[in-house]
Order: sequence, then structure tokens, then C-alpha cells
Amino acid sequence: MTTSDLLVQSQPTSGSASGILQIVNDFSIQIATVNGSGSQSANNVLLRSIFRMGVPVGGKNLFPSNIAGLPTWYTIRVSKHGWVARKTDIDVLIAMNAETAQQDVLSLGAGGAVIYDQSLKLDHLREDLTYYPVPFDQLAASTGADAKIRKLVKNMVYVGVAAQLLSIDMDWVEKTVRRQFAKKVKAAELNLKAVRAGFDYAASSLTKQDPYIVEPMNATQGKIIIDGNEAAAMGAMFAGVTVVTWYPITPSSSVVEDLIDYMKEYRVEPDGKASFAIVQAEDELAAIGMVMGAGWAGARSMTATSGPGISLMAEFSGLGYYAEIPGVIFDVQRTGPSTGLPTRTSQADLTFIAGLSHGDTKHVMLLPGSVKECFEFATEAFNLAEQLQTPVFVLSDLDLGMNNWMSEPFEYPEKPMTRGKVLDAKQLEELGGFARYKDVDGDGIPYRTLPGTDHPSAAYFTRGTGHNEKAQYSERADDYENNMLRLARKFETAKTLVPKPIVQGKGRQKVGIIAFGTSHWAVIESRDQLARESKLETDYLRIRAYPFTQEIHDFVAQHERIYVVEQNRDGQMLNLLKIDLDPVQVIKLRSVLHFNGLPIDARSITTVIAGQEGADK
Amino acid sequence: MSTIPVTPQPKTNRIGLQILDYRGGKTTLCAGCGHNAISERITEAFYEMGIQPERVMKMSGIGCSSKSPAYFMNRSFSFNSIHGRMPSVATGALLANKTMRSIGISGDGDTASIGMGQFVHLLRRNIPMIYIIEDNGVYGLTKGQFSATADVGSTLKTGVVNDLPAIDTCALAIQLGATFVGRSFSGDKKQLSAMLKAAIAHQGTVMLDVISPCVTFNDHEGSTKSYKYMQGHEEPVAEVGFVSHFDDIAVEYDHDTTVDVQLHDGSHLRLRKLHEDYDPTDKPNALKMLMEAHEKEEVLTGVFYVNTQKQDFTSMLNMVDEPLATLSPERVRPSRAVLAEIMEAHS
Repeated sequence: MTTSDLLVQSQPTSGSASGILQIVNDFSIQIATVNGSGSQSANNVLLRSIFRMGVPVGGKNLFPSNIAGLPTWYTIRVSKHGWVARKTDIDVLIAMNAETAQQDVLSLGAGGAVIYDQSLKLDHLREDLTYYPVPFDQLAASTGADAKIRKLVKNMVYVGVAAQLLSIDMDWVEKTVRRQFAKKVKAAELNLKAVRAGFDYAASSLTKQDPYIVEPMNATQGKIIIDGNEAAAMGAMFAGVTVVTWYPITPSSSVVEDLIDYMKEYRVEPDGKASFAIVQAEDELAAIGMVMGAGWAGARSMTATSGPGISLMAEFSGLGYYAEIPGVIFDVQRTGPSTGLPTRTSQADLTFIAGLSHGDTKHVMLLPGSVKECFEFATEAFNLAEQLQTPVFVLSDLDLGMNNWMSEPFEYPEKPMTRGKVLDAKQLEELGGFARYKDVDGDGIPYRTLPGTDHPSAAYFTRGTGHNEKAQYSERADDYENNMLRLARKFETAKTLVPKPIVQGKGRQKVGIIAFGTSHWAVIESRDQLARESKLETDYLRIRAYPFTQEIHDFVAQHERIYVVEQNRDGQMLNLLKIDLDPVQVIKLRSVLHFNGLPIDARSITTVIAGQEGADK
Repeated sequence: MSTIPVTPQPKTNRIGLQILDYRGGKTTLCAGCGHNAISERITEAFYEMGIQPERVMKMSGIGCSSKSPAYFMNRSFSFNSIHGRMPSVATGALLANKTMRSIGISGDGDTASIGMGQFVHLLRRNIPMIYIIEDNGVYGLTKGQFSATADVGSTLKTGVVNDLPAIDTCALAIQLGATFVGRSFSGDKKQLSAMLKAAIAHQGTVMLDVISPCVTFNDHEGSTKSYKYMQGHEEPVAEVGFVSHFDDIAVEYDHDTTVDVQLHDGSHLRLRKLHEDYDPTDKPNALKMLMEAHEKEEVLTGVFYVNTQKQDFTSMLNMVDEPLATLSPERVRPSRAVLAEIMEAHS
């Protein structure tokens, strides 16, 4: 899609004095900087200022696996329609990185605008763009900032320039800066000086010639902006987590780092003692081992990791499944295999986790598609883990976990904490003992006791070796088989407890789309594109958990063709569906795949579906 | 006055339990295996110390040694986990319930090879538990391969000679932060019993390397972990005595030659000096002595190091007094007002 397409689509609302068409609240800004240059605060101010003007925004950080020195791009999508998926075309470029500036300019759509450091001399590169050269160093120096922090201040200068050129409300910019630096008044003043220097320079020395502007709307009232990792951390805290273990790994580290901050704030009791333990483990093996130990002893325990950590957790995950121990594992997916692209996103851990470990193993997976679901599923995961006595995996991804998303505010968990089938001393006395792995209720879920339960028949022997109903070591063929069949029954019970899929559409279309996780945001935009551009109406089902529930079977049965949209190479969700679906239904499935490490965009989906549907007609 | 025949009351410990209440299942290890003797000593030690079995967690990894928790204290909660990873599981369980006691049984393979990564971090954290290595220098369950504690020059039954140096788990434990470190021999009933009882009284990581000959794969001429070799080369660094805090009969020792360490529960560990400069709180000296013993091809036994001052891991975390596992929902789920406050901060 070129910028001229956008001009047609976005139906400019008014003409400006100079006769240039205006494109209001429907464009994207890319800020190209160097990793470690401190541009994050500035980018955040831009994003939040537009958000506070009531205009829907989405921010995506494309960063390298590096501490300092390599190129970084931050993209802000401004969309009056509320689309927040990645938009591949960039309309306004703020070029702060000499190394990538030329390429960044060359990749812009026609009619785009470039704000750049005048020393970079970019204006000869193309004739179809608007250039705004800015003497950043000079403006940064004019703030009186020390030479040492001028590099940081420079970032705030581009905020001012952009605010002026794009009509971003300076009142909101100022409030946002003050809020961002709430605890550092001096820093706030210095940064505001830099913003004003940029704004004044643009007002006096630059002439607006591009079409992109922001106008106030009413579309963000009551909403919040947050990233998925912080949302998951909050969810875990409100779930009542008590034991947290982790080993640092991008992109999951901030789940626990944010959780540490929250727990210190809200879970330290009046006497100064903590109602939690957070341990940085020596590796992911130890992190999951501690989770299993704590879950066995009755705590709500969790760890957060990404692909390589999941690989290391395979053996313990099998133990958790077979010995039936609750625990919650957050996997913020990044690109594999192996180290892969550590700072890029994917949905490629799905089939691995579904059966993580050797032997016949099946795991419960929750698949949040929004920051709100990161919060809600975190809470739900602990309930499920204890109800089902098994490890529960929450699969987020880098895009969801580390980027800022708009959301409705989170709702307080109304459901009480469900701790599952745990017998206390009194119950043991009444029952006259218990058999740890006996299916008393027919749902495959046995009863357990917690270490310390004060009754002579409370103890049992937990093991990853073969065991009978009484948790005794057994190599008997029938004991093994019965136990495995009961575990399969338990997985059937899981289907009645996991979050159901969400269906959009009338349910009468020929074409259905299935997606999960962050692909959701591109899918809803793509459905709009398909309807407008190709007159193709679709129904849509978003999977939110594994094992699959009946609704998914029904949805596939109701449609002639199903496009399964996912961010991996091998169609992992499609393959999981194949295992469960009736063979007659399987032939309906088609893959729409996106796996270049960048978040999926709507156009990629629309092109595939429109193309295949056109060919079928 | 008639005499009423009195049926003898069964012997009980200070909490009214019999030794039977501490028994485990029937062992499936080889007859004569050193591990069985260790299980016996553990059973007796917990009985004699009057520890409620329901307050004990028995942890293990994989191997012959790791099976043994099934052979003592059936009324205790047991977790036989995966190979080399018992330390993390034990750590997690103690975080969930710091009021429990924990005893971990590992082997030389489970600790010094596959489990080395977790073992050293357990020591470093000073996790409050008793960690026993049932050390036979050989992999028994897989039928007799060398482990990393096998001495240089020792041979397998097949005649294969070990070329690599042994890892001294006691030296490691002293260096890395364990606060009660000793070595014993499964056949030395008196010493092992005293050490185990002192271990129960200690708060912090107790690391006991117990040489436990493998009668099937490593009890032959060329082995340095055989009964015969141990009987010829064992040199106690000090004679270990233990006086529990509830015991009113003090063991008599000559004051000039004993070192007395008061343990956390008020019990006393008494060591009668065999080595003149022996002081169990002197870390550098303990390490030096172990190194010198290696040079002389001696197997030193006894309690090498005790530190009663260092904070253990669960204390360091400053957790609430009750077990985290069973805190009420009101204490672990913040209020609606907290959520509203956080939401406001993100608007």
C-alpha cells in the first residue's frame, strides 16, 4: 500500500490554506534513533500526548539485541478508526540516526514528511517528500543543558518540532512531560525547555507542507495505556501469587521486574514483612524447579520466560504434568529457533508447549490477545493451575508484552481464588485417609494434601516415576495405563474450564478467519479492508486457550473455508487444529502466515485472503 | 496387696511417638548398600530429636540415593523430583512453607555431575535444609559408571581407571556458603548419628557427604569408596558429640580438648579435638585441612565447618511469619482501591 492509497482511503476532512490536502488522525510516525540514546521518554511523550487528545494510538518499538549503539525505530500509529496493528507504511519520519537516515528516507511512502538533523543533508535523496531540517544540536545547547545530557535533551527537541508540525496540543505535551518526570522537577523543566525550543523553531523557521495533522477526538476517554508485561505482572499480583522465580531473558524480564515493583508497593504488610518471595534463579531449570516445589507445597507460584527458557523447562514441565503439580509459566514469545531474533516477535512456541516434555504430555495454554487479557488470564491461570493441578502456560509475545497498547481499564477479579481439591486434617480424619491419584469425582482431578497437614495419613510420595492411585511406586502395566487415561480425562475437564473463544460476525458467511494473540488486531483491520475493498464479508473466531473447546469445532463446521492467521512459519495453530478436528473439517483450513519478526499487519492478511477468495470465485 | 501384671509401654520419644512412626517402606536397594544404613540413622535421629514427621519434607533427585526417602519416615511429605534438580524443588517448597523442615537426599552423580549447577546455588543461598550426599563414587542404577567424586586412580569393576580428579563436595560447600559441613561414613554409626542430630538442630544449609560404598559396583580392591578402603583410610578430624537442648545428661569431655558449638535450637555440638589446631568456625583452616588430606590420600571425616551466625535464605527474604502457601485471600489480593490507583496512573 502506498501513501497515495491512503489519501484515497482516509477521505481528507478539509483543505488547508495552502491548498494541500489534510490527512487527519490517520498516519504513522517513525522515530529513528540509536539504541541507548534515551529516546524512550520522548517517544512516550509523543504517544501519550496524542492519546490524551482523544485520538487512538499504538506504539511499537523495533529495537536491536544490543545495549547501546545499534539502530532503533519507534513507530506511533495514529488512527481515528482505532486500528492499532502495525502499519507497514511510514508517513512522518523523524530521522535522528545518521547511520540509517538514508535508508529510512528511501523507504518512506510518496508524499511523506521528514524531520531530520540538518547536518544529515537528506533533502537531495528524493523529490516526492517534504523536508524539515532542524539544527538539533544548536537547539539542545540553547536550553543551557550540560554537554553530558544534551544528547538526551535533543530527543525532546524533536517532540516540540513534531508537536508544532502535526498540531499536537502543547498543553497535553507539557502535562505529559510533567507527569513523566513527576519526581524530578528540574528534569521536567529542562525537558520542557527543549520541547519549546523545538516548537518555536518549527513555528518560526519551517513551513508546513505535508498533509498530516492531529485533531482532538473523543475516542480515548477512560482508557489506559500499558504494555502486556506490566499488565501480566499486575494480574499475577491480584491473583495472589506468593512465590515468583525468574531468570532474566528478553522479552519477559519486565514481567518480573514490574511485579517486584508492584509487590514492594502493595504486598508488604504493615510490619514490613512480605507476603511473597521473589527469587532470581541461576537458570530457567531452577526457576521452574522452584515453581514446582512451591506449587507442590501449596503456594501460588509462577515464572516468566521466553523461548530458550521454555526449552530448558521441558523436563520439569513433564514432571509437573505427570506428578500433577500446579504452577504458572508466562512465555513472552520471541523469534526462534535457538537464540533467533531475541528482540523480535513471534507466535512460534505453540506446538512445542502444547506437548512440552518427552512422553505423552499435554499442557493447558492461555492465549491473551490484549493487555487486558494479559491481566485477566494471569489471574485465571492460577485458578486453573490449582483446579487442574498442572502447569498452566500463558503465551504472550514480544509485541504484546513490550509495546504500549490502549485498553479499557482492567476490572477487579470478582471470582474468588479457587485453590482446587486440597484436603485438610479434619477432612482426612472424616475420610480415614486418601489416595493421591484416585479419580474420586470422575473428572480426572484427584485430591491432594499440602506438606505440613497435621494428620498421620496426610503424607504421600510425589514422584515422576510410575505410580498407582496411592502414589506408590509401580511398574504395573494396568497402573500406568489407568493413570495415563485419567490424565487424559483431566485434560477433557480442562476444556470446560478454559476461556472460550470469541466469535465476531453473523456466522452465516462462507469464509471464516481463526486467529489468536496479537494477530487479532491485524485481523479485525483486515476484515474491514476485505469488506470495503473486496466486498468480502467474513466471520472471525479468536482462540483464547488450549485445549480447544466445542465452539471451535462448530465454527469450522459452519464455514466453507477457514483462514488460520498466525505469526509463525509452519502453521502451528493449524496443525494443532488438525489433530482435534474431524478429517472432513480439516480440508477447510488454510494458512495465513507472517514470520519476519515484525508484528503482523492487516495488509498482509488481506492480500492473501482476497487473492485466494478471488481465485475461488 | 495384689500385683497387677503390667504390659510394658512401648518406648516413645519426647512427643510421644514410637520409632515405628518414623519407619519408611521396605528398601529395594541392594542388601548391604550403605544407603540403607544412612536411612536407619536418619530414622533414629528424627525419632530421638522428637521431630513431628508431618513437619518434614523429604526431597530427592534421581538415582539409588534419591530412592531412599521412600525407605524412611513414611509420615513425612516426599518429593522425588528429577535428576540433579532437587535443590530448586527444595528451595521452592521452603519458600512456600518456611515453617517446614527439609531433608534432601542426593548422590554423587545427582549432585556433583548433572546437579552441580543447582547444588552450588543451594549452598550459596544457605537454604535451611539438610542436604545429604550418599557418596559411592559410582552410578549404580545405570550399572557402574564413574561419577565426579571418584578418586583419581580408582578403578571400576571392569578395570577402567579414573583419570580425572574428584570433586570435594565438602570443600565446595565450605567455600560457597553452607553453614554446617561434614563428612561421615555410612558404616560409622556413632559419628553419623551425632552429626545428623546436630544437623537437625542447625538452621541453614547442612551439607553432609556420607561415603556409602556401593556393594554391587564399587566395593572392590581398586575403589577408594569401598568398605575396606574406608576402614583403612578414614581419619576423624574430631570426635563428634551432640547434646540436644532437651537432654539433661551432658556428655563428658575433657575441656582442654573439646570445642563446643551452640546450635540454633540451644543444642550443643561438641567436638573432641584430634587435630590440634582444629576450630570448626575457621573457614580457611577447614579448607586447608581438606586439601592436605587429599595430598596424603586420607579421607577426613567429622564436622569441618559450622557457622551459626549467617542468615539463611528464607530469613533473608523477610517473609511474613505464616507459610506463604496458605495465606488468606485478603492478605494476597490487594483491594479495589489499589487497582483503581494503578489504573489512574496509566490513564
